[in-house]
Amino acid sequence: MELVSVLLNRAWRLTGLSDKRSRRMEEKALEVYDVIRTIRDPEKPNTLEELDVVTEKCVEVQELGDDEYLIIIRFSPTVPHCSLATLIGLCLQVKLQRCLPFKHKLEIYITEGTHSTEEDINKQINDKERVAAAMENPNLREMVEQCVTEPDD
Amino acid sequence: MKGALELLQRVSAHPDARCWCVAWSPSGSLLASCGGDRAIRIWGKEGDSWECKCVLADGHQRTVRKVAWSPCGKYLASASFDATTCIWKKTNDDFESLTVLEGHENEVKCVAWAPSGSLLATCSRDKSVWIWEVDEEDDYECVSVVNSHTQDVKHVVWHPTQELLASASYDNKVCIYKEEDDDWECRATLEGHESTVWSLAFDPEGLRLASCSDDRTVKIWKQSTAGDGSSVESWKCLCTLSGFHGRTIYDVAWCRLTGALATACGDDGVRVFKEDPTADPEQPVFFMSAHVPKAHSQDVNCVSWNPKEAGLLATCSDNGEFAIWKYSSDS
Repeated sequence: MELVSVLLNRAWRLTGLSDKRSRRMEEKALEVYDVIRTIRDPEKPNTLEELDVVTEKCVEVQELGDDEYLIIIRFSPTVPHCSLATLIGLCLQVKLQRCLPFKHKLEIYITEGTHSTEEDINKQINDKERVAAAMENPNLREMVEQCVTEPDD
Repeated sequence: MKGALELLQRVSAHPDARCWCVAWSPSGSLLASCGGDRAIRIWGKEGDSWECKCVLADGHQRTVRKVAWSPCGKYLASASFDATTCIWKKTNDDFESLTVLEGHENEVKCVAWAPSGSLLATCSRDKSVWIWEVDEEDDYECVSVVNSHTQDVKHVVWHPTQELLASASYDNKVCIYKEEDDDWECRATLEGHESTVWSLAFDPEGLRLASCSDDRTVKIWKQSTAGDGSSVESWKCLCTLSGFHGRTIYDVAWCRLTGALATACGDDGVRVFKEDPTADPEQPVFFMSAHVPKAHSQDVNCVSWNPKEAGLLATCSDNGEFAIWKYSSDS
């Protein structure tokens, strides 16, 4: 009996570690997705999930170290309008900053090929100083709050 | 030569907000901090610990991004996202608002005093760099507005001995400015970084300039003038420190007393680099002498060497804290 459990343990340890890790990453990715899928689109009366702006697959999680994760989100804005894409990026930043319980670093990008000025938008969304200043603009802040606030908040 | 960074104290300076900047007074006895709570705090040592001496809470309507002491230590300038720069005058144990410099179209990202004390530079997301002159009556006048950058200007720094100014921008470039016929103009543009340049620091002699970037590298630049005495100015990149930082490098500081180079990084780490004394000055070699991977629990935004006490370093973070460290080059 004991020998079997030792063998089982060894076999489990050989394959289990990488499985455990990828399962943990998947769990984290789902946690992240759960936070972002209910964000409302700035223009349409739908959530980002309903409009396929974000999908489960669009969240990637990597381990950075002790209980800290790198989250990479690639979203597809519905229209090529630059300011709306930036606004969605801003909503993603804000909601995750507020709602994610675990230690993380965040990178948000527009899915390649979905926008003509994606490099410009990506740079803005990932500049925390620009994001912070934007959130101090009352009009922008109001728009973001409307998109990220849960109905029962 | 392995060094070490020892934590002396951690202070929760701006609760529930980012601490964006820390700056030592010229005497080295006071530390100013500022942040997302729109306040500036002045800290002084009482016994073994740093205590808050005063709070300047009504100067700005939005985040205070940077604070800078005048060379004489009697004035403090604060740059804010509210598009203004406030000048404060020290009176005994307090500070009073002397004047508010307006003009930038949006967020002011940095303010810096020239070593002479009579010039001030500010820069903004409006892509411009403004140079202000101050006279003996404490009157401030804008003498130049320079538009050399094509994007948000993140940082301005004065040369330690010459009347020369450098700026760093979201356009990935560094600009060097000099005065010509009462007007300030861009004399050189340093290209090489692959993303936003967040901060700059001159070495103690003013011979070289360090820049740090979102591209996770630090570059060391030196001016090379043509030998024929012409005013052709070009700067070349002497070396690039890459592979050390895990994320955006938000600040770099060059110690006037020891020549050590410190960096503030978005991977929560603080690093100190030293120069290999045996290397060719035209091809400098820097090695990482000390590294604290989790100096703070969030991004480190600023790093500042104490001007009087060698090895004393202040850092601050998105978690609202600042920390005081003692760096020793031989551990």
